Amino acid sequence: MKKLLTATAASALMASAAFAGGHAKEVKIGVILGFTGPIESLTPSMADGAELAMKEVTDSGLLLDGATVTSVRADSTCVDAAAATAAAERLVTSDKVDGIMGADCSGVTGAILSNVAVPNGVVMISPSATSPALSTAEDNGLFFRTAPSDARQGVVMTEVLMEEGIKEVALTYTNNDYGKGLADSFQAAFEAAGGTVTISAAHEDGKADYSAEVGALAAAGGDRLVVAGYVDQGGSGIVRSAIDSGAFDTFHFPDGMIGAKLEENFGDEIEGSSGQHPGTDSPGVAKFSEMVGGAFDSTSPFTPESYDAAALIMLAMQAANSKDSSDYKGKIMDVANAPGEKIYPGELAKALQIIKDGGEVDYVGATAVELIGPGESAGNYRQITIEGGKITTAKYR
Amino acid sequence: MEILNALVALSNFVLIPAIAYGSQLALGALGVTLIYGILRFSNFAHGDTMAFGAMITVLVTWWMQSHGIHLGPLPTALLALPFGILGCMALVLVTDRAVYRFYREQKAKPVILVIVSMGVMFIMNGLVRFIIGPNDQNFADGTRFLISARDFKKMTGLDEGLAIKTTQALTVVVAVICVALLFWFLNRTRTGKSMRAYSDNEDLALLSGINPERVVMYTWLIVAALATTAGVLYGLDKSFKPFVYFQLLLPIFASAIVGGLGSPLGAIAGGFVIAFSEVTVTYAWKKVLGYLAPEGMSPDGLLQLLSTDYKFAVSFVILLIVLLFKPTGLFKGKAV
Repeated sequence: MKKLLTATAASALMASAAFAGGHAKEVKIGVILGFTGPIESLTPSMADGAELAMKEVTDSGLLLDGATVTSVRADSTCVDAAAATAAAERLVTSDKVDGIMGADCSGVTGAILSNVAVPNGVVMISPSATSPALSTAEDNGLFFRTAPSDARQGVVMTEVLMEEGIKEVALTYTNNDYGKGLADSFQAAFEAAGGTVTISAAHEDGKADYSAEVGALAAAGGDRLVVAGYVDQGGSGIVRSAIDSGAFDTFHFPDGMIGAKLEENFGDEIEGSSGQHPGTDSPGVAKFSEMVGGAFDSTSPFTPESYDAAALIMLAMQAANSKDSSDYKGKIMDVANAPGEKIYPGELAKALQIIKDGGEVDYVGATAVELIGPGESAGNYRQITIEGGKITTAKYR
Repeated sequence: MEILNALVALSNFVLIPAIAYGSQLALGALGVTLIYGILRFSNFAHGDTMAFGAMITVLVTWWMQSHGIHLGPLPTALLALPFGILGCMALVLVTDRAVYRFYREQKAKPVILVIVSMGVMFIMNGLVRFIIGPNDQNFADGTRFLISARDFKKMTGLDEGLAIKTTQALTVVVAVICVALLFWFLNRTRTGKSMRAYSDNEDLALLSGINPERVVMYTWLIVAALATTAGVLYGLDKSFKPFVYFQLLLPIFASAIVGGLGSPLGAIAGGFVIAFSEVTVTYAWKKVLGYLAPEGMSPDGLLQLLSTDYKFAVSFVILLIVLLFKPTGLFKGKAV
């Protein structure tokens, strides 16, 4: 009887110790996305993606010796900086989250970063903010993103053209933030690489006649015409007019121009043209959708990026052996990049174990994550060429 | 040789596109000007009337293509054009019966009719989108080029290519024929003369026994024919997209006003003034002057007066200047 009592007391003690340990190690991650507002149709599956990673880690019981991870959702509204700041403030001060998965749109992300994350020293990983301005924002090493900056496509475009030996191009862009931003970043990158942009001319979408634009582009000349526009808008009008007048034979198309409509409109008339758009051949995508099953739409934009953002936060915590932002913020780049064992979706438990045993991981995840520069995704692009009137994959980069 | 190169480059990128675009604008502006001269209001639905006529033509063209009816090197759309014109005539006559006649009988002020025509515009706009959808439609066939840039270079040995599209040549030819027919009709036939009389002085025309309803009907029929022709030519040359016709309304009105509202000759001149100003003022002269300048003195800069962003500003500045100094337009139309 005495023995039994001792045993019971001992096990109770142990249990309570374990419970206390577990309780101390409860990790909270804020999920701040625009659940209302312009991208409210995308955000539910983004949040589900992030919470899937958290559930996977909790179930493994390996994070920081058995910590549970809970998600706290908040609404960024995508457009209202004041509301987003207030929501993030609540996450940090009243819910006391240990990291933030978010925000989504570039504007509110910048607001939350400067008003909440930096003053309170909380790590933030955005799955979808793509504005180049965020690359240079004051962040004390707290801000990361699993989406590439728009500036990145300009660099990739430059690499593609340089490899093909094109040194001189004419450039036209659709007159909006997307076109202008892409054109500017491309021009800067191309000129830095020793190329020449002979002219950078805007075109309006849906206009009646583009002969003035094509006249100016042709007069400036160049080996190739870069069309940073939309295939179902003015971009096609420019290409049509340029082919018809014999101004340019080959073109270069960024993401807005690549679609079935391009083949349909021009076919082999644009033979030999090049282009690129976001895309990856990494096995992570397939694994992610297999893992999700039918629970939510795994192919919805930025959903895999959300899973990766949440996973990175937790892996970094494990690597730092702490859930304190100031401790683990330095580890995010380490777990995301080589060297180390490649980690795909569904392998978070394996990753946590490797880190616990003192090994290194290279998180690939659902979107082939590779963080560069100030902590943003290098992005993966599919380079295409037009061959036999069809869009064909040249390679992935 | 250098001078020839300069000339070819200029024709290829400025003269030919501007002449083709100018012809399309002129045909459109003729319709606007006729309505203004005879029915005395600015018809904002004109762009969408063009779209409707062109749409019927596109549908008939498709039907003909599926039955193997072709016109050899010419686009099949020319064969379908009469059907498009008939369809468009039916539409404008129904619109006139259902809408405009009511306001005419009330002797409504022109400004009311303008607003009414905007309502008609939105309905026609919706009708076209509903039937054929808002997307680009391709209906051009036949030979694409009269002469392509590559062939021209091979033939002449020049560095510069000259491309003339079949549709561009066709546009100019058809526009000339239409204008000739219209002027013959207005100046030589009884109905044409009664239309001009009605336009000049409504009361006197009524006193001399001209039936106003007949004049109005003929006007609409001619306008429908002109609008459909302009719409089809435009669609052949560029592409058929309903929204673009709505956008075309602005340059068409600018053409009609610059030329002088109510003056058919002015509408044609206005069309070319607007088209040339859009293309030439924003043209980069680097290439042309590079050929003309002596060796070693070819320009480095683009020599572009204004960026192409401002091409619409250019046509509207011309419009403003004309209205300030000649409020009736270049060809003495009616004051706006």
